[in-house]
Amino acid sequence: MSSRRSRSKNSSPGSSRISEDRINELISQLHQLIPEMHNSRSDKRSAGKVLQETCNYIRSLEREVDDLSERLSELLATTDANHAALLRSLLMQ
Amino acid sequence: MTTTHPKNPTTHPKNPTTNPSSVIRTRFAVRFLHAMKKLNKKTPPSRRYHTIRAAACASMASAVGPRRAWSRAILRKIRARTLHDHLIHKSRNHRLITRRKSAGLRGNPRDQEEVGFRQEDDLRGLVPGGEGMGFCRLLSETAHYIKCLRAQVQVMTNILDHYSSS
Repeated sequence: MSSRRSRSKNSSPGSSRISEDRINELISQLHQLIPEMHNSRSDKRSAGKVLQETCNYIRSLEREVDDLSERLSELLATTDANHAALLRSLLMQ
Repeated sequence: MTTTHPKNPTTHPKNPTTNPSSVIRTRFAVRFLHAMKKLNKKTPPSRRYHTIRAAACASMASAVGPRRAWSRAILRKIRARTLHDHLIHKSRNHRLITRRKSAGLRGNPRDQEEVGFRQEDDLRGLVPGGEGMGFCRLLSETAHYIKCLRAQVQVMTNILDHYSSS
């Protein structure tokens, strides 16, 4: 699998020109997704900073899912909800 | 439930029934609720959190299906876990991750504009299946993964609100 070919950190600058543009495009896409960076001046941000914020954002989303799972498990223990009604109401949105 | 969705959600009109994020939310919600219904009857209270957490992950991967590398990676892992010994799989994963980390430490991120090895390796560790893909693929998979995580949080929050209020 040629997974390492696209990362041309050590090769000549000419050969990595096209993939650099593509990478910048993808990085700015990520930049748009992250809520903190979206508000600040969205100019030429360093790629490393975007990746760092991306990692932090993914971790916080995962933590949120953990927390929601925790609360759902507690809730299931106490209530006996009507699943069909829930499904219908959610599908309406 | 077959729906087509464009690859570029920004140009698609925000029709509530067919925009891609709404499709994902619905597919996830249906699967997740079915999983929770099954769980209620036969799961001991001590395993509930773990089962719900795993169901959330599996439902998301199943809703996305095999068209993304990250969802394929999760589905593969789930299938492997049910077929093989859980401990063997865990030790194999751990060896892969430690090998990648030591490769990353040899890198030298001097330039502020260049991507440091460490952030990239961190990202590879966070995105399912991120270990074996090229950098461009990793970035595009990350974007989709984040969108789906957000959808997951939205749906689970909605479910929680409905449960709490009823």
